[in-house]
Amino acid sequence: MLGLLSTSPSGLEQLWFGLITVLWLGYFFLEGFDFGVGILMPFVSKDDLDRRVAINTIGPVWDGNEVWLLTAGGATFAAFPLWYATVFSGFYLALFVLLAALIFRGMAFELRHRGSAAAAVWWDRAIFWGSALPALLWGVAFADFVHGVPLGANATWTGTFFDLVKPYALLGGLATLSLFTLHGATYLGLKSGGEVRDRAQRIAQWWAPLTFVVVTAFLGWTYLTAHSRHEVGLVPPLLPIVGVAVLGAVSWMVRERLEGWAFIGTAIAILAFFTTLMLNLYPDVLVSSISPSDTLTIAGTASHRYTLEVMSWVALIFTPLVLLYQSWTYWVFKKRVTRPGASSEPVSTTI
Amino acid sequence: MSTFLGGISTLSLARWQFGITTVFHFLFVPLTIGLGLLVAVLQSAYYKTKDPAYDRMTRFFGKLFLVNFAIGVVTGIVQEFQFGMDWSRYSTFVGNIFGAPLAIEALLAFFMESTFLGIWIFGRGRVSDRIHLSAIWLASLGTILSAAFIVAANSWMQHPVGFTIDPVSHQAVMTNFWAVVTNSTFLLAYGHVLFSAFLTGAVFMLAIAAWHLRKGHDLAGFAKAARIAIVATLITAVGTMFLGDSQAKQMTQQQPMKMAAAEALYNSANGASFSLLTIGDLSGNPVFQVRVPHVLSILATNTWNGNVKGINQLQKEATAKYGAGSYVPVIWVLYWTFRIMVGLGILLFILGGAGLWLMKRKRLEQSKRFLRFASWMLLAPFIANSVGWIFTEIGRQPWVVYGLLKTSDAVTIISPGYVAASLVGFTSVYTLLAIVEIGLMIRLAKVPTPVLDGDEAESLPELIY
Repeated sequence: MLGLLSTSPSGLEQLWFGLITVLWLGYFFLEGFDFGVGILMPFVSKDDLDRRVAINTIGPVWDGNEVWLLTAGGATFAAFPLWYATVFSGFYLALFVLLAALIFRGMAFELRHRGSAAAAVWWDRAIFWGSALPALLWGVAFADFVHGVPLGANATWTGTFFDLVKPYALLGGLATLSLFTLHGATYLGLKSGGEVRDRAQRIAQWWAPLTFVVVTAFLGWTYLTAHSRHEVGLVPPLLPIVGVAVLGAVSWMVRERLEGWAFIGTAIAILAFFTTLMLNLYPDVLVSSISPSDTLTIAGTASHRYTLEVMSWVALIFTPLVLLYQSWTYWVFKKRVTRPGASSEPVSTTI
Repeated sequence: MSTFLGGISTLSLARWQFGITTVFHFLFVPLTIGLGLLVAVLQSAYYKTKDPAYDRMTRFFGKLFLVNFAIGVVTGIVQEFQFGMDWSRYSTFVGNIFGAPLAIEALLAFFMESTFLGIWIFGRGRVSDRIHLSAIWLASLGTILSAAFIVAANSWMQHPVGFTIDPVSHQAVMTNFWAVVTNSTFLLAYGHVLFSAFLTGAVFMLAIAAWHLRKGHDLAGFAKAARIAIVATLITAVGTMFLGDSQAKQMTQQQPMKMAAAEALYNSANGASFSLLTIGDLSGNPVFQVRVPHVLSILATNTWNGNVKGINQLQKEATAKYGAGSYVPVIWVLYWTFRIMVGLGILLFILGGAGLWLMKRKRLEQSKRFLRFASWMLLAPFIANSVGWIFTEIGRQPWVVYGLLKTSDAVTIISPGYVAASLVGFTSVYTLLAIVEIGLMIRLAKVPTPVLDGDEAESLPELIY
């Protein structure tokens, strides 16, 4: 019998649930626009040079952004082994698709410019699908965490792949897909120049209201069903409201060409979106759709105190350092990326 | 245990999947670690001397380094998640201990290598030369650190320390982090892995430089690269062998069955001899063997007449301690992987020694025979790295965590169809990657960086990717 008994989480366990939430937020904020740029690349470009402009806006940073995923995965493994083990074995085929997508996408960024024009066509497909599939699948997965998966006693899966793709989860997937795409559009508005920038802005103008509708529907569904499922748990209405309101404002900002504000807006929307889901989940980590007693909880899946203490010290010392040099990279590459020959202007600092 | 296609179990599919994805990933990782450091050395030489030959070499090998790095990164993501996918019972059992180094690896090492490599690739001409040089050194340091944490995690599986078993959850629980990161197994294994990674980088650089020297390309540049690579090959080959020898003695103490199986030694012996090769089967009745007296005892115990325990005695001890079952790993795999690894190590030591001898006599560029030999050695470190890990991991069987958890109890309880699907999927994806990657590497390795005249300014591309 694994330690599944539902007790309330200790302070240290709560801290680690919080830290893992922060890692996922960091990942979705950063790789969110990478995915968006990859999804939009075919639509903001007329030729190969345009596509390269789009790729180069994320060129120096995409790999560092993806490390947030590895850190979130590793931290979950260390702090909540049973959560890690159950999620990754249960979402087996979905995870395989996700990993394959990330593999092809990463290879495409690094190898596309070294190959022939014929090969570039294939690498472009890899970038588009390698961005769109994860953007969709992450939403499906997080929605499943909240609304539940067929989990029996002792964290054993009793369902199939199709139990993971219910209407609520699919709507979650569409919500993240549209949200990350919009985030990519506001990022391209901020970081690219010339035609690519203009096209990204035009796309954002009609994509933002669409995202607003999808995200409102999903967060509304999440909020309305939260109370009925949770006896405890945190379901503050403020967060989803902030997320939705900001998205409404973004629709206006992209019309007014407030590029900096629009990017901050999509960033806040992503943070509000995933914080809502994680707080809804609390104090559980993976809900069982079969019986509430088989739901995995923070306390039931956490590592022992000593491991969490060691990890806390490591995180306390090294996280500020990582944040410092990673932000520095963005400062080093603060110029807009343009087609060769076009005058490159710095990003407006007056947002 | 459920089976697939008339008898293939989830366990064997999951083991094949782990073996294939890990060996494939580790083809590229040592080269990343080794070549990263050598590129940093080349760039430092250019920074100090301003000799454009070093700059050409930095760019040339830097390009190969980056292509190789990319495939290491993307296959590395699979590594972290497949513990949860295929080995969920293992992950639950060890997460308290095994998860920590993985998380720390990402936080300390992966962020460092990816961020500073981004600065290095995109920063040329955009940041100062000093910062650009620091970027490659920090990226290299990141790769070196990353190996530390993953080897610490693996060493815990080989020789668990600093833990207790929780009586309620039956999980292994960490009690002493310091003991985990100063595990005697880890200290030797990390040195061995690190030296062999540097050796891989050095031999790779030497083999390609030798090919260009033979073709008469950029003699000034490739001769410099070859000299650095020869010195590095010799030093790291010696380091790898020295640490490997210490590991053999440690292994005899910690995992005696692995040592016995490596020699196919069925019965304990004093002053045991070592067979260089065997014809016939390894069941104890060879058709023909070349044996060197006392060498196994020296290798295992450092004494002329030391006692080395045999498979039969160790199997009996293990059943007494752990209960019924076979505790003997696949002997032929261990026997041959051990010999291939050691043999290639010695061959690369000879390569480095011969190179140094020719360098001293200033005949390096003229010796076509040596240059051909050096080019042919290109694959040797990759084979040695692979068989070395296959030896270490197969030799620990039937355990996944030595003495604590059997591999058969570690696998996810899942229908074998899922594992078969992802096994076919990953193998196809990796095959495709290998074709693309190796094709590109060969193409890039054949074209030297052009030699510019003094007044010809280098042009920086505006778009890097």
